Formats: sequence, C-alpha cells, structure tokens
Amino acid sequence: MESVLKIKDLSRTYQSGSASLTVLKDVSFELMKGDSVSIVGPSGSGKTTLLGLSAGLDTPSTGSVELCGHPLSSLSEDDRARVRNEHVGFVFQSFRLIPTLTALENVMVPSELRGEKNAKEEAVRLLNEVGLRERHGHYPTQLSGGEQQRVALARAFINKPNILFADEPTGNLDSDTGDTIVDILFRLNETAGTTLVLVTHDMDLASRTERIIRLKGGEMVETASPSLASTHE
Amino acid sequence: MSRELNQQHSAIPSSKVGLKWIMSFAWRDSRGSRTKLALFVSSMVLGVAALVAINSFGDNLQATVDAESRTLLGADLSFESSKPFSDDVEAIIDSLGGRQSRRTSFSSMAYFTGSDATRLATVRGHESGFPYYGTIETDPPEASTAYLEEGGALVDGTLMVQYDVQVGDSVRIGNVTYPISGKLIQTPRESAAIMLFSPRIYVPLARIDTTLLATGSRADYEVYFRFDDNRNADAIVDDLEDRLRPERVGTDTVSEEREGWNEALTNLYRFLGLVGFVALILGSLGVASSIHVYVRQRIQTVAVLRCYGASSWQTFGVYLLQAAGMGLIGAVAGSGVGIGLQTVIPIILRDFLPVDVEFFISWSAVLLGSSIGLGVTLLFALLPLFSVRSIPPLAALRIEYAEGSSKRSLSWWVLISLVGIFVTILAVLQAPSPAFGLGYAGVLLVVFLLLAGIARLVIHLLRKRGPSNVSYVIRQGIANLYRPQNQTLMMVVSLGLGTFLVSTMLLSEQTLLGQIDFASSNEQPNLVFYDIQPYQIDQVAEIVELQEMPVIDQVPIVTMRIFSVNGETVESMRADTTRQTSWAHRREYRSTYRDYLTESETLIEGEFVGVFSGDGPIPVSVERDVATQLEVEVGDTIVFNVQGVEMTTRVASLRTVDWRNMQTNFFIVFPTGPIDSAPAFHVLMTRAQDERQSAVLQSAVVRAHPNVSSIDVSVVLSVFEAIFSRIAFVVRFMALFSVITGLIVLSGSVMISRFQRMEESVLLKTLGASRKAVLQIMAVEYFTLGLISSVTGLIFSFGAGWAISRFVFDSALIIPYGSIALILITVISLTILIGLVNSRGVYERQALDVLRNET
Repeated sequence: MESVLKIKDLSRTYQSGSASLTVLKDVSFELMKGDSVSIVGPSGSGKTTLLGLSAGLDTPSTGSVELCGHPLSSLSEDDRARVRNEHVGFVFQSFRLIPTLTALENVMVPSELRGEKNAKEEAVRLLNEVGLRERHGHYPTQLSGGEQQRVALARAFINKPNILFADEPTGNLDSDTGDTIVDILFRLNETAGTTLVLVTHDMDLASRTERIIRLKGGEMVETASPSLASTHE
Repeated sequence: MSRELNQQHSAIPSSKVGLKWIMSFAWRDSRGSRTKLALFVSSMVLGVAALVAINSFGDNLQATVDAESRTLLGADLSFESSKPFSDDVEAIIDSLGGRQSRRTSFSSMAYFTGSDATRLATVRGHESGFPYYGTIETDPPEASTAYLEEGGALVDGTLMVQYDVQVGDSVRIGNVTYPISGKLIQTPRESAAIMLFSPRIYVPLARIDTTLLATGSRADYEVYFRFDDNRNADAIVDDLEDRLRPERVGTDTVSEEREGWNEALTNLYRFLGLVGFVALILGSLGVASSIHVYVRQRIQTVAVLRCYGASSWQTFGVYLLQAAGMGLIGAVAGSGVGIGLQTVIPIILRDFLPVDVEFFISWSAVLLGSSIGLGVTLLFALLPLFSVRSIPPLAALRIEYAEGSSKRSLSWWVLISLVGIFVTILAVLQAPSPAFGLGYAGVLLVVFLLLAGIARLVIHLLRKRGPSNVSYVIRQGIANLYRPQNQTLMMVVSLGLGTFLVSTMLLSEQTLLGQIDFASSNEQPNLVFYDIQPYQIDQVAEIVELQEMPVIDQVPIVTMRIFSVNGETVESMRADTTRQTSWAHRREYRSTYRDYLTESETLIEGEFVGVFSGDGPIPVSVERDVATQLEVEVGDTIVFNVQGVEMTTRVASLRTVDWRNMQTNFFIVFPTGPIDSAPAFHVLMTRAQDERQSAVLQSAVVRAHPNVSSIDVSVVLSVFEAIFSRIAFVVRFMALFSVITGLIVLSGSVMISRFQRMEESVLLKTLGASRKAVLQIMAVEYFTLGLISSVTGLIFSFGAGWAISRFVFDSALIIPYGSIALILITVISLTILIGLVNSRGVYERQALDVLRNET
C-alpha cells in the first residue's frame, strides 16, 4: 500500500507574549491510499490544528508531516501550496465558497490554478454528479447551505486529489441535508479512491470511516476502528 | 481516480498559473464590489483632474506667451529710466534707429470734472506707434489711436465705472484737461490685477503737464523700438550694457519679457497645482484606506485560494491588478474632468493673465497627470495590499488565524519610505522651487501625521475612558468609533484636513485684512497728500484746516540714491559678478530729516542724532532691515547721491519701524541741518471723518494744486480687499478640490464600513432597539466624528495661522470667532448628513436579508 500521509511526533505550540500554549502534542499516525479516518474530540482538543498541520496549512513546532511523499517541513509556503494543489482537496464547515464566483466558477478554481485546459467540462460533470445541474450559474448567496456544500464537494474533487480533508462538513447543515452531503462525500471518495480525513463531532458520521483518532487536550488518546472506539467524548 | 503517488521525494510541481488567470480572476472577483471600487476611484478623480487641468493650462499659457511674446512687450526693445535720458543715452537711442515711440509715466491725481471726484492714477503719456505689436483694447475700438489725434484720454474701465464717468466726459491731470476718448480694456504688459493696484490713464505725451514731472516727483521714461531689419535686440542689449548701466537705464527685450512672464506665470500655476496636489494625496489615502477594508473582506477568498494552491504572489497579483485597474480608471476619468476644468481656469485667473490664453489639450500634461495619479494610487494601495501576502491558508479553517502580528515588517517600512520619497519628489517637481516643494511636502506630512496621531489618541482615550454614565445610545454611538475595521482614522484625516485648509485660509485672510483695518482705525491718519512743493505746503495746510480737519503730520522728503558703502561704489559692486547687490543698494531712497523719533520707531543701537551742523560725515539713522541688506553696522560709512551732490554719512543708529502705522516711515532719517536746503517735496497727513469729507478735501486740494497727489486709505483698503478677494477666490477654488475629495473619502469610508454597521443594526434590532434608536446611535457616531475632526483641524489651523501671521505678515493672529463657529457647525452637520445619507437603508434592513447576503 502507498503511504499518503505520515505524521510523526507532531506538536504545535503557540506563543503569546511570554506564555506558551501547546495545542497538539506528540501525535503520530500514517494513512495509506484509500484509507478514511475521523478525528474526533471535544472543542479545543486540537482537531482543527491537526487537520491544518496535516494539510500543510500550518507548520509544526516539532515533528514531521509527509504528504504524498513530500516532507512538508522542508518546503516553503508556496511550495506547500503547490503540493496541496496537486494532491489535496478540502471541504470546510462554512463551505468557504468564493462569493463573487458562480457555482461553476467556484468548482473550476483548483483546476484553473493547475492550468488545466478542460476545467469547465470536469466542473460541469461534477456539479451534475452532486445534483446541481440547474444551478451552475448561481452565486453562493443564491444557494441553500446544502447546495453550497455540494458545490464545495465538487470543488474538492475536481483535481482528483489523493487526500481529502473535511472539517465538520455537516456542522452547518440540518441532519437530513447533512446525511445527503455525507452520502455524496463517501460516494465520490469511493469512486475516486481518495484518502479521507474527517474532523467531526458527529460520532455517527465518524463511524462511517475506517478509523477514528480521538484527541483530548492535544494528545491522541485513542486510535481504533469505529466498532472499537468509545462512543462518548 | 486519484492521481498516482510518487512515494519518493517527488519534485514540487511548478506553477502553471500565469497573468491570464490572475487577470481573469481579478475581473471575476470584482463582481458585486464594482460600486465600492468606483467609490475608491472617485476619491482619486479630483486629484488627477486638478493636476491635469493645471499642468495642461500651464502648457497652454507657455505656448501663448511664446507665441505672443512680442505683443507682451509691444515692441522689439525698450529702454527705461527713472530720470529723463541723458545726452549720452539720447545719442545711443538716435544711433539705434528703427521706429521709436516714447512713453512717460507718473502717478498723479485724476480729477473727473463731471463727478467732482479725484483718484490717484498712473498716467502714461504716449507717442503714436506704441504698441508696435498687439493692440491697446479700448471701447470704442477706434479710441485706441484716436485719443492721440484728439488730444484725449483713455481711462481704465474700473475707474470709469467707479466714478460714473462716460466717454465724452473730461478728466483733469495737473493743469491739463482731456476729453475722455475711450475706456481702456487691455493693454500690453499690464494685467487686470496690476490695473487694480493703480488704475491707468493714457494721454498723448505731447499734452502732459510737465510741471508734474518736477524734481523729486517720481516718473518713468521709456522708449520703445521696432526694428524692421530683424536685428537681434538681445545682442544690442549685450553690446550696450556697459554704457547703459552707469546711466541707470534698464532694458527689456522680447525674450526677457517672455522669460519674465513665463517665470511668474509658471510660479502661479505651479502654486495652484500644489494646492490641488493635496486633493491627490488625500484621495490616495482614501484609496489606501478603502483597499485596507476591501482586503479584509477578501481574507477568506484569499485563504481558500491559498488552500487550493495559489501562491502568495499570485493572490497579491489579483488584488494589485484590481487596484491598478481602479487607478487607471481614476486616471482616465480624472483626466477627462481635468480637461473640462482646464477651460474654467483661464476664467478664474483672468485678472492675473496678460494675454488671452488659447485652449488646447496638452497630451503630455494629460499623460503626466494620469501617470502620477496611477502611480500614487498603486503606491498607496501597496501598503494595505502587502497584507494579502501574509494571509495564511489556515484562515480558511479559522478566521482568527488571519489576525497577523501588529508589528510592521521591514518591507512595510521600505514601502512607506518609498511613498514618502515619491510624494516629496512630486511636490518638488510641482512646486515653484525645490525648497518650496520640500517645505510643502514636510508641512503636509506633519499635518497628516498629527491628524492621524490625534485620531489614534482620541480613539484610544474613548476606548479606555469613554463616558460611562450616559445613555446607551450615546455610549454605543461613541463605541462605534472603535469597532473592528472602523474608518475613524481616515475620516478624521480627510475631514480634519479639509477643515484645516478652509480655516487656515480664513485666518490668513482675516489677519491680513485686520492689518489694514488697523491702519484705517483709531486716530491714525487716513488721508495723505504728497508731491507738495515747498512753496505749497502752507497753502495745502490752510485748505485742510479750512475743512476743519487736523494736520496730523507734515514732513519733507528728499530723494537720493546710494553711491557707495564703506568706500565701495554700488557700480563697482554691480560690475563684480562675484558680489551680490540687494534692492537696498539699487533703490531710490525717499529720506527725511528731523530731530525726533516717531511713535512707530524704536532705537535699537547707537545714538539718534537729531541736529547736525558740523563737518565730517553726517550721522544718520538706518532702519534695521535695510542695514542688514546693506551689510552695515553703527559706525559704517554710506555716501548718498542727493540729486547730483555726494553726501558722506555715518551710520549713527539703527531703528526698527512699525510699518503698519499710517505715518510717513523712512529707511534713512537725516538730522536737521545738512539737507534742509536740498530739493524736496512734502507730505501732509490728515484724518477725514468719512468718505464725503475726504472727497471734498481731495477735490479742493487738487483744484488748487493739481500737482499734489493724495492717497485715501479707505480706497487703498478697498483696492487691497478687491485684489485679495480675487487671489483668495483662486486659492479657494483649488482648495475646493481637497475639500470635495475629503467629502468623497468620507462617503467612501461610510460606504465600505456599511456591512459592519448593517450587522450591528440588525443585532440591535434583534435585541429590541427601535429604528429611531439605531438612527440616533449613528447620528451620535457621526457627530462625534465631525466634532473630533473639525476641532483638530481648527486647532492645527490656529497653529498654521499663527505661523503665517507671525512670519509672513509680522502681525498678531486675528481669530474671527463667528466664522470659526460656523465652520465647526458646518463640518459637523455635513458629517452627520453624509454619514446618514450613505447609511440609508442600513437601519431598515431585516436580519434575514443581511444574513443571507453575508459576503
């Protein structure tokens, strides 16, 4: 199996004046191609920090992250951006669609940043696949929350990423819409063979992944398959 | 399927995003914000317009002066002297040949027989021929030559209106009465402003009353040449310089006249350009502030782009391109407005121009103005745009991560230095002189920094020690001034600067006019008779007393020039190119003799000698500033040429003189004795109770003694006010650009912070606030803003006004409290009005609309 994400002894400490705050401490794990993992834990446990470090959005205080063969610590900010463009997809809790672009244009952005010629065809295909055939020309404000998250999903998959990071993808949605989004997410993930890293509070959602990593106070307190993981936080 | 992985350390893919994508994204990203962007642009427009209009007009002026330079002089060459030409000079004039026309000018009282009115005027006695180029514009047109044949007079238009004089009436100058042949409209070498200072009357040279040119009276003797054989007048002047200088004959050629006008007019339009330049800088600050807020609103877009692989430079490029686009549109729009304005400027400056300026669009000025506008916009935009580079992709997950360090990076400091250098260079290039430009940029910087500093301080104080025991509406209104992404600083700077400009102009105007008012107030003399010959003094005094008016002062005046200072002659000083002579060396002195100091004089060094009858150098008292110019101290020797007789004097004392006093003040005071018998004329001063009494007395004196001239202080005051109001109008016109730009920046600042206020409004309504309460909170916010800005601007204007009154007018600052209160009320009212008008709709929005439109 190919290693997609290798995290080793990862720690992140923030300085605030003379005080320092460690939000993540000695976290290690490895994900192979096609793996899916949920990161769970109470608020402030370091879930989002771990996601950010894993995706190369931030740099660790100690430890290392190897993403798709690239040791991120040795790369510059712009090089890490290019690695993300090549290998990574994102889904955010608040969708993070660019408000001035239409649904179609939002989906095309990652592909355009790669300089792809057929960005539009692929974006149209993906939007149709997530059920937004009639909404290509709509702006984010003209879409419901569920529709916005579908656009975000289409955007996340347009570059055929090796790994997808999803930060509370259903956090801003009602349960029915959330279920639909999760179904689409797992369907696209399965089709594309993408490794999935999911940050969530929702244990039902977490249970659909192959592994669960539980964080508490910045430390990894448990890693297990859903059937073995604790059901309470 | 996902892409194949390279398990080894694979190469980083190179960026495939080029300028095309950056341009395309910049365009798409601007959707929905183009109205906002247009506002940013509008703050630039007037600044660019002012630059384009002034510089293009300057090019027009230059071209017109070049094309009409012969008309400006009216001849190819002129000689000028303050005494009749000597035989030697006459021989030179004869030898030059060509066509020649003489002119003699002097000041004299004009007595309009029909209206029984008198007025001091500059009388010009002309021969036929002049002007050889161009024309004297008159009404009726044929009067321009007919007056010479008829033996009539051409009278300045304003004078005719003032004294209700018509063509066909008569004017008496000295003992000669002339029928008025026409009204003077435009003459070579004289602008309307010059005519205002001293109205002109043209008469035939052959008919002037020669008794008015008696010894001691000031007159100018000129001869104008026209050479039909294309001789080079400049070469002639070069050849004759050594012979003419000792005779104190000045020369003027077409090229000298052109250079003189060019220099004066360039200084004029450059000064106006500098006034307009403030608008450009203010507009640029508006752009910087707007972009700062704009970029803040784009944090999540940038963060998402960074997550998906855009580099920091690519995202920076997107917004730089938008700023460049704005700048370009602003520059083009500004140029368009500038071209339109250019047609107005000659009308505004009409009174100061010697020629009618031909209109054409100077494309070099348009290009320069646009480039400067674009350059300044980009440079100021770079300051906030730099922060785009530091927005981390992590901000897509948590917005708090976008809050970077408040410490300024080295590149920020480099950039701010570049902005300072660029603005200074622009000011220096635009200013009449490099020193002026440097000083101007310095003052501008200090005022901006002080305003920004005060704004920060006030925000800090309000945050820390804001009023706590007042109603919620007031507390919330004041708290809004330091809301996140507030525009308080920008608004205080733009409004404060506008207030500062308007108030400083008002204070300068009042101080200047107050200075003249001082001269016309109290028991100061307000009517001066001069050119009184010694035999006339008792008779004039008798006429004054017959009108029951006091003879406040009467002094003898002797004209003289300096021959040498400490053994070195002025001639040898002027011949020595390594030495500089000042106006004090070259001027004609009108000195007096007396044995006392007047109220306006203070002895600062040496001993004042009132009477002298001995041998040796005559002890004289010298005014301090003249002594500085002449580089003399107590004990030094000055030889005066008193109408042909050399008199050696010794500087016995130095004095200061309060020139504001309406007394006869002198640079040099002799003791009684040595020059009592020198040819002199007398000055007599009195005080009239009103205009009528003044007119009756002047009429009586002029009728009895036509050679005697008078100055009515109230007339001087009204002339001065007229001139000053014309200058003030021009300066105000240019300052208006800054004031309007300030209001646009204010509107822009209100508009771009609209969303924050909308959210607040909705939140307040959700919590139970009424529409009225929301409105009141906003009114409190804008009232406080207007108050801080106007008070700050006014305080700084008091400082500037004080400096101007102290160092320029040498008098005390006069504060017109009524006008200052009016400015205060106007600025506050305007701020509330603009704030509420631009916020309309904010307090009416429903919560749901806002939440759904959160962009």
